[in-house]
Amino acid sequence: MGKVLMKGNEAIALAAVKGGCDAFFGYPITPQNEIPEFLSKYMNEHGKVFVQAESEVAAINMVYGAAGSGVRAMTSSSSPGIALKQEGISYIAAAELPCLIVNVMRGGPGLGGIQPSQADYKQITRGGGNGDYQVIAFAPENLQETVDVVKESFEIADFYRNPVMIAVDGLIGQMMEPVDLDRPIRKRNLEEKKWATTGQSTGENRRIVTSIHLDPYDLERHSMKLFAKYQKIKENEQRYELINMKDAQFIIVAYGSMSRICRSSIELLSEQGIKVGMIRPITIWPYPKKAFDEIPASVKGILCAELSTGQMIDDVLISNNGRWKVNFFGRTGGVLPEPEEIVEAIKKMMGEV
Amino acid sequence: MNMNSQKVTIAGFGGQGVMMIGQMLAYAATEENMHTLWFPSYGPETRGGTANCSVTISKKEINSPVFAKADTVIALNLPSYMKFAPKVQQGGILLYNESLITNPIQPEGIRVIGVPINDIAIKLGNPKVANMVIMGAYLELTHLFSEEAIVKVLKKLLGKGKEHLIDINIEAIKAGREHILKTRGQSC
Amino acid sequence: MNQIVYKKTKGLTDTELSYCPGCTHGIIHKLIGEILEELNVIDRSIGVASVGCSVFSYYYFNCDMQQAAHGRSCAVATGIKRSRPDSIVFTYQGDGDLGSIGIAEAIHAANRGENITVILANNAIYGMTGGQMAPTTLIGQKTTTSQAGRSEALHGLPMKISEIFAQIPKAAYVERVSLHNPQHVLKAKKALKKAFTYQMEKKGFTMIEFISTCPVNWGMTPNEALKWAKESMIEYFPLGVYKDSGDEHE
Repeated sequence: MGKVLMKGNEAIALAAVKGGCDAFFGYPITPQNEIPEFLSKYMNEHGKVFVQAESEVAAINMVYGAAGSGVRAMTSSSSPGIALKQEGISYIAAAELPCLIVNVMRGGPGLGGIQPSQADYKQITRGGGNGDYQVIAFAPENLQETVDVVKESFEIADFYRNPVMIAVDGLIGQMMEPVDLDRPIRKRNLEEKKWATTGQSTGENRRIVTSIHLDPYDLERHSMKLFAKYQKIKENEQRYELINMKDAQFIIVAYGSMSRICRSSIELLSEQGIKVGMIRPITIWPYPKKAFDEIPASVKGILCAELSTGQMIDDVLISNNGRWKVNFFGRTGGVLPEPEEIVEAIKKMMGEV
Repeated sequence: MNMNSQKVTIAGFGGQGVMMIGQMLAYAATEENMHTLWFPSYGPETRGGTANCSVTISKKEINSPVFAKADTVIALNLPSYMKFAPKVQQGGILLYNESLITNPIQPEGIRVIGVPINDIAIKLGNPKVANMVIMGAYLELTHLFSEEAIVKVLKKLLGKGKEHLIDINIEAIKAGREHILKTRGQSC
Repeated sequence: MNQIVYKKTKGLTDTELSYCPGCTHGIIHKLIGEILEELNVIDRSIGVASVGCSVFSYYYFNCDMQQAAHGRSCAVATGIKRSRPDSIVFTYQGDGDLGSIGIAEAIHAANRGENITVILANNAIYGMTGGQMAPTTLIGQKTTTSQAGRSEALHGLPMKISEIFAQIPKAAYVERVSLHNPQHVLKAKKALKKAFTYQMEKKGFTMIEFISTCPVNWGMTPNEALKWAKESMIEYFPLGVYKDSGDEHE
């Protein structure tokens, strides 16, 4: 299948449909409006569900309802709207329901700006909602990867009965690149959704979707069940890419658009005889700790580069576990650095080690 | 002219058709199986405000979407000219809208070429095709794509209901090319 | 000798408005500024900006302003008015901000009888985010999320906001006005004056709904937009006073 030039948001919408999305619930917010706009037409034309909800809070609760009734449901929003959805996401994770949440990240905090950012990292990985839960979170760096992971997300969500979030910065949502929407994805061994409220059962067989566990021992049992699931996900679902690791003197850790910018930085450094590699997380939860075990002995330091004032840095420090010096480079507010800025950050590190 | 990769920034105010110019280049690149990346940058206002987009066209996979300096900057209004003139690579091209920008500062080491796109478009009978005039000028200066390739993209983009606009847009592209051919030798 | 017959109200700053050509936000801003000036309350007013095209209204009104999250202006205004009861507090919201995400906050502010004035610019669309369907989008009206036109079956009927608020006991004054010609602009100004006056007299919650235009997202010229507002919007959203507690006795 040939490649088609598409805007990130449109590619996300089409990929979701190809991944089997039955229902979309959303609300307007810059910079992801092309997703609900595309789906408002597509879903209605194909007998599927589309609702522009009255708010992001309402939308995530519609997702909860649809997912609870056994269909593949999704929503999309941007940072301040994702903040509104946290209660709903906690409920969905607690009730062990699958769904896809797309976050096209913009500058914050508060209303912030509309330009790209990665300042939702903590909101995504440290749970913005209450209780012991996690969302499985992907942070693709280009449109092809985004399309592939959106398609796969419904399989993963159904397999683990957990919300999956795909976090792209606003640049990825707005940029256009050629994509192949029909690349095959890994299918999982999925069981029938015997827990879903399909409106066909009574008595002992009836299905109840809830997150209430008033007895503390019961709630502990439930939380430990979720905990065991998350351990399994951490073991099996870490995804990352290693770039230019051989004989590297420094390693950059970056994801999304920042990692693409850093790829150019690595080329510029190579031209100057400085060997720099990169660990590129593709999942930000579970964090790809395993990648840090593949850092070669030649490395003298790690540079964590983010579009924020430093949120992933904590996971880098944890994964590093005291082995190497760790520096931080960040631009925030929607400002995108030029590759030369990261080159300078590496050179500064060279002077320090 | 390095045909391995081209970085182009197009800037103006919302409503001047800045995005379309960049997208057309990206579509043409896709048609020819090249790597390409287009992205926009704009303020929240629907009209007025500033708008710019960047396109990279390359034979290799594209790394950073953002670049410090462009091979070509196309500036459609004065604030865009002021902002992006310093961001042209040495030996690159600064192509600007002479109808709105008169006697601008000319940075050293780059080719600075003005085209009176609004005047040309008005003369053609449709002020809205000014952006295609500068597209024509760009094609004539760089030969990045043939006129046919761009017209093919134009026809696809104009789509249903807008076929009647195809001819005037093609005329605009030709007028832009002609202007460059006529004034060649007069640019610095 | 030259005589000044008209000048910009002191209720507005000198900042140039960033609204699209033909947008009626500018007129509403002017009316508010003039009323605040005429009632002599500019220096004790606090406005609450919402999220929509008017997100930067805090640059234009010449009084203290707070910016609220999308839909929360009435809650923010409640916090302000309860804390500063001698201030004149108003919100400036669109049909998406108030009618969609902010409906609960607005209804409850009205229900509690908060002494605030709510200015609702109803242009039947989400303007700033590029033209999505709003609660007040008309049947058949094409928007980016109702590309085949709003349909009753899929999307329900357009929301009649003034009518809803009129039913709330502590809503003191609710009127729907239009801006499609000078006579209506003058009538709108009178309505706005009454709303603010009721606030000063501590009569309760007041709301003025302005039938507004959005030429760019409606795909019309400014003149076409005014015509459509007059012919199509007013047909579905009749102008008039929906609630006036001044008629009632305590």
